[in-house]
Order: sequence, then structure tokens, then C-alpha cells
Amino acid sequence: MSAVAPRFADPFLRDYFLGGAYDEMFTAEGEIRPQYRLLLDTFRSLPTEELLRRKHSADTSFFTQGVTFTVYGRKEGTERIFPYDLLPRIITGAEWRTIEKGLIQRITALNQFLADVYHEGKILQSGTVPREIVYSCKHFRREMRGLQVPRNVYIAVTGTDLLRLNDGSFAVLEDNLRVPSGVSYMLSSRRVMKRTFPNIFREYGVRPIEHYPQVLLASLRSLAPEGRPEPTIVLLTPGVYNSAYFEHTYLARQMGIELVEGRDLITHNNVVYMRTTAGLKRVDVIYRRVDDDFIDPLAFRADSILGVAGLFNAYRAGNVTLANAFGTGLADDKALYAYVPAIIKYYSGEAPILENIETFLMTDAKHRQHALANLDKLVVKAVGESGGYGMLIGPHASQAEREDFARRIEANPRNYIAQPTLEFSRAPCLMQADASGTSIEPRHVDLRPYILYGDKVSVVPGGLTRVALPKGSLVVNSSQGGGSKDTWVLDD
Amino acid sequence: MLSRVADSLYWMSRYLERAEHTVRMLDVNFSMTLDPSSTSEDARWRRLLLALGSRVDEWDGDSYALVHTLTHNESNGASIKSCIASARENARQVREEISSEQWLQLNRLFHLVTNGRQSAESQQPEDFLSAVLDGLHLFQGVTDTTMSHGEGWLFIQVGRSIERASSIAALLSAYELGAAPASPSEETPAGSHMFLEWMGLLRSCTAFEAYCNVYTADLTESQIVEFLLLNKDFPHSVRYSVDRLREALLALEQESGRLAPQELVRVAGRLQAALRFVEITDVLQGGVGEYVGMVMRECRQIHNVLYRDYIHYSVQTALAM
Repeated sequence: MSAVAPRFADPFLRDYFLGGAYDEMFTAEGEIRPQYRLLLDTFRSLPTEELLRRKHSADTSFFTQGVTFTVYGRKEGTERIFPYDLLPRIITGAEWRTIEKGLIQRITALNQFLADVYHEGKILQSGTVPREIVYSCKHFRREMRGLQVPRNVYIAVTGTDLLRLNDGSFAVLEDNLRVPSGVSYMLSSRRVMKRTFPNIFREYGVRPIEHYPQVLLASLRSLAPEGRPEPTIVLLTPGVYNSAYFEHTYLARQMGIELVEGRDLITHNNVVYMRTTAGLKRVDVIYRRVDDDFIDPLAFRADSILGVAGLFNAYRAGNVTLANAFGTGLADDKALYAYVPAIIKYYSGEAPILENIETFLMTDAKHRQHALANLDKLVVKAVGESGGYGMLIGPHASQAEREDFARRIEANPRNYIAQPTLEFSRAPCLMQADASGTSIEPRHVDLRPYILYGDKVSVVPGGLTRVALPKGSLVVNSSQGGGSKDTWVLDD
Repeated sequence: MLSRVADSLYWMSRYLERAEHTVRMLDVNFSMTLDPSSTSEDARWRRLLLALGSRVDEWDGDSYALVHTLTHNESNGASIKSCIASARENARQVREEISSEQWLQLNRLFHLVTNGRQSAESQQPEDFLSAVLDGLHLFQGVTDTTMSHGEGWLFIQVGRSIERASSIAALLSAYELGAAPASPSEETPAGSHMFLEWMGLLRSCTAFEAYCNVYTADLTESQIVEFLLLNKDFPHSVRYSVDRLREALLALEQESGRLAPQELVRVAGRLQAALRFVEITDVLQGGVGEYVGMVMRECRQIHNVLYRDYIHYSVQTALAM
């Protein structure tokens, strides 16, 4: 932290601080970035009562829309309203163009990688990616070897997590290639913001995102098995107790497709049907929000009651499409992540547009030594986990926790990677809004845009900006106390 | 429509109808205890348990304990609270198929019976029961005005009609009617003690005023049986419920575009015809108990065929179609 960080005299900014991380609204010298000027002026000039009234109307809107997620660990799943912040995060047109190009480049390469590894394995022969990283990955599915998937598309839906680093560039923290969630929050935040601040929204010329469900539907339709011109598409949910159940019902409704559970589907002669009151109806494409392990008790976990017996054989027979395909988790293994820049280079011949975060592989003796000696400065992650589970944040952990992780790393180096503790960007948030006054403070944010891959790769301009609401916190996951804000990509 | 969704809507509706019936039975029984009668309090509670399909040995002489079992006891699956909780759980599984207004009202009702426990014990049971009844009526109204009257709504009608027809049949059976002379003309109107009992029976089906409109306040056993069993206009008569049931089943057959469930419509039609063309004297001669026993068997049969054709059909039969 720099000791001479500027402070602000304005009462609205009395608690605002700069220094260290990149600030989305101010330069390091305390100059406002042009794209935030109108936003700040508008909020500053709103009388307190007016701001409170709008906040209240936004609250009500979230509540009545029933925008909730489920917190695990209670007797019955407890529904909570998703915390959100009223100040939108603004991304300029130029910034977005870089992000978009970078994401398309990255997803295209990762998809090629999956197709390659599950067929000839050229990239393994070339030595660009070591075989042992692939074969030791718990999300690698041998069952997928030699299987032709429609249009060669493995990852129909991705939600890539990006961070903005101190130099202002965006870098990829995680590729979520399995069943990424959160897009319903992106869509409902937008609806609430448009209703709450219509004038400023219009003046900014924000690029629309409302067509996301339609693009998703078109992508899924384009992946239907050959010879099924009017495919029946369904969304497979684990059921009401899943944390993202709200999102599943929301997307099914928005796309106008049936929301099914495993028990609604049956397979017969390698064809999947859903059980309707009008008899059995053939299903062609399944947008599945159930993990690989649980999808077919015959092929994978026998104790799963969320899946459909025989689904995997139907899939192998080419009678049904699953989106995403099986085995995509291989490409978002956190150890494999370190090789993604090389993978992009291998398939496209180009340098990656979006950088990776520096990653130490615990299988590498030198890296491991370095990491074990510096655990208090590093973040350690289990390679197959997501959602902020199975992590050690070195600077915030106790000595005992660090020792515990050191032992675990020694015992199973393949299961861990380490990364430097990142200072990623902060964006202004409305932290105080009550009768005594209003003020904003900066909080750390990430960005999760959603990439759809059907007959082409497309990115809806925007994404879910997640906020670590407690001061100084770097954890943005909703399961761990994070919130969200609307993301405005400008049409400039 | 997915079979699972149809299943949930059907049971949501049956549970709510069952809750409503239990509420009304309890309410009537409370007010009957105020007047002296030839039927002992003991016999009345036993009769109530029998009518609700509960085990009669649950009665141990403590009416407060029994009322608690029938209203708030969660371990009793037939209690009002359990019924409403089960209905809500079914609705939750198909949240996207019902209207927001329905969900809101069902939630409100659920919170009334779960959180209202202390207040229910401190307030008069009658007040609690009438609040629940209002909530249930409101849900019916909201359902009819906010939900599309398509397949889902029809399954709700089917569930309600089956449950209602069987409950009224069970109630008539518990009253052990038909000991009176077989010919209605020889009957005389009830004396004051029996008057109360029969008024209670009619009120358990909200039928007292409607009965009086048809037969005047002369309560005779055969007319009561005729009214509750065979009246074509009154919503809490068996015949009315079965008429609506068959209507809904016919509409379902068209909605779902299925040709197979002819048996379902046939079984329902058989019951409907029996109720439509039977004479009350024949019912009395054969025994009321026998007759309502037939009604309950036919309702179970309709339920089974409904499940066989729409919900749990076997893959082979479905593929053969």
C-alpha cells in the first residue's frame, strides 16, 4: 500500500481509499476515469431519500422475482436472497473487445485440446502437455476416447473467471468448463438496474444481454444429433435442493424448454425418453446441470439418484447430445491450467490474448520447494475443486492451517497448485445507505463472462461481476459471502 | 406435461382437500359438544376418527390431545399441518408450473399452520380452524383465477374430486345410516337429539343450508343420504364430485392427445352412471354402507388406472403405442 494514496474531501467518498490494487473508478493519482464520471455525478447528486427509495425498490424487485440461492449445511436447504450492489461495474468497448477476442481464442483452443486428447492425442505426442498430467486428472474420462461429439463441440457453455491485475489488464483465474452457474443473476441484476436507474442506463448506451437464453437455445439446437431437425431440448437439474435450482427453473422458463430431473428420463434401446402424460417423448439434447459423476449410475457413481441409467450408452450411440460433453473437467483442472498458454500457442500459433495467473505445479520439485517455503504468501488450491472450496489463502491462514496444507501437498503433490496472492481490482460499492447518509467504498471484484459454443463461439457482452463485500476480503464466491453487481459493457 | 409434474399437482390438490375436510370435521365436532345429545362425546370422537380414516384406538378420552394430533402433530401424516406441508412440498417441486400467486398463498397458509402454533393453543381452536379454512378457500380461488385451465389445472381438479368423493363416502359410512325404515314415506322428521347429529353431518359437508333449500328443515335420514350422495348441483355431494371428475378425465384425454386411457374414462363413467341413475330406495334397501363402500372402491380403482396410464406407465406399453 502506498502511504501517499490520495483521499477525498467529498462526504460521499469519505471512506474511499486508493493504493495497491487497480481501482476501476479512479487512476492511482485519484483522477476519475472518464467512463465513471456520469455514474459518480449521478449518485452523488441524488438526495439521500431518493437513493434509499430506489434501493428499496431494487430490494423488493429481487425479492418478488425470487432471485435466491440455497445455502448448504442445514436440515432443509435454506433459500437466501442473492446480495447485490447498486453501482454497476463499467467496461469500455475497447476493453471488452480484448476480453471477447481473448475468450474466443481460449475456448476455441481448449475445445480443440479436448477433441485432440480424446482422439489422436497429437498434443501429447508433441510433448507440449505431459501425458501424466492428463491421465492423472480425475476429470479425464477414458470412456470418451474415440467418441465423435456433434460439431466437435465439447464445451457448449463456459463461465470463465477473469481478474483485472494491477496494470489494468485482464487475466484468467479459472476456466469453468463443467457446469458453470450464475448467469441468471447476470440477467436479473440487469432487469432490476434498468427499472431502478432507467435514465442513466439510457445515457450510457449499455450493450444488451437479454438475448442470452435465446443464444443458448440456438447453440443447444445446433448441437442436436444429426437427422433430428426439430430437436427436443431439456434442462436436467439435480432437483429442488441444488444451490442453483432457481437458475435452472429460470433458464428453462426463459428458453421455453422442459425442466427435468433424472427420474423423468428413461433410456430404451439407447434412446432417451422423458415420461410425459402423453406417453414417452424422445429427447435429443440435454443441457445438463448435473456433474459427470452423477449422470449415469450404470456408467459412473452407482449411488447416484440424480442421473439416468443407460444415459451414457445412449450418448455413445450418438442418439442424444449432452451439453457440456462428458470429460470437459479435464481442461479446467488447475494443474492443466498452467499449460493453457502453451495449448493456445500449439493450436492457433498465436500468443494468448488473456494472460494466465502465475502457477506453481506441486509435481515440479523446484516449484514445490519454493511454495512450501512461501506458504504465507501464496494461495494453494486443490486441482479438482471449484466454488472456493478446498483452498488455503496463505496470508490469512493460521500457522496450523498452513502446516496442515504443507503435509497434504507432500502427501499428494498432483492434487495441488499454488499461486501468488493476487491483488485484483476494486470497484466502488454503495456500502452505507441509510437515513444518516450515503457513501461508497471500493471492494474487490472479479468478472465471469459467459461463452456459448454452438455453430460458432459467441460471448454475450457482459457477465457476472462478483464482489467480495467484507472490507479487504478477496473471496467473491456467493457460498462464502460474496455479492454481485450489474456489468455494463459500453457501446463505444 | 411431465408425468412427475402431473403427479405433484394431483397430490398437492388431494392433500389440500383432505386438510379442508379435516378442518370442517373438527370444527363441527367442537360445536356439537356444546349441546347434550343421545350420542356420547366418546362415540362422536370415534366416529370422527373413523370418517377420517384414522385408527379409532387413538382416542383415549382426552379431546385436547386428539385435537392436537389432528391439527399440529407432524408425526401424524393426516394432520392438518402435515397435509398442508405435503401440499407445499409438492408445489415446490413444480414451482415453474403454478402461478406466483398460488405459491404465495400456499406459503402463507403453510406459515399460518407452522408458526401459528402458540397462538393456536392460546386462541380458541374454532378461530384457528376458520383461519385455515379461509386460507384454503383463498387458494382455490387463486388457482381458478390465475392458473391456465390446461392439463395441470385438470390434474388439480381430478385430485380434488377423487379426494372429496372418497371423504364424503367415508363420512357416510362412519355415520352408519340406513337403520331406518326402507321406505322414505314412513319416516318422520328427527327429534331434537337426532336433529343435532344430522345437522352435524350436513354441516361437515357445508350442506345444511343447501339441504334446507331443497328439502326444508325436516331432516330425515333418507333425504340426507340422497342429498349427500346423489344431488347433482351441490359441490360437496358424491355425485357432483364424480361428475366433475369424469369431465376432467375426458378433458385430460383430449389435452394429452392420448388414445389409450379409454379404460380410465370407462371406469369413471361406470361410477358416474351408477350415481346418476340409482334410486334412493335401492340404496337404502341394499344398505348405505354397501353403497358407499362401492363408491370408495371405484375411486381407488380410478386412482390406480390414472397412475397406470399417465404417471407410472411401463415403458413397454408406452413404446407399443
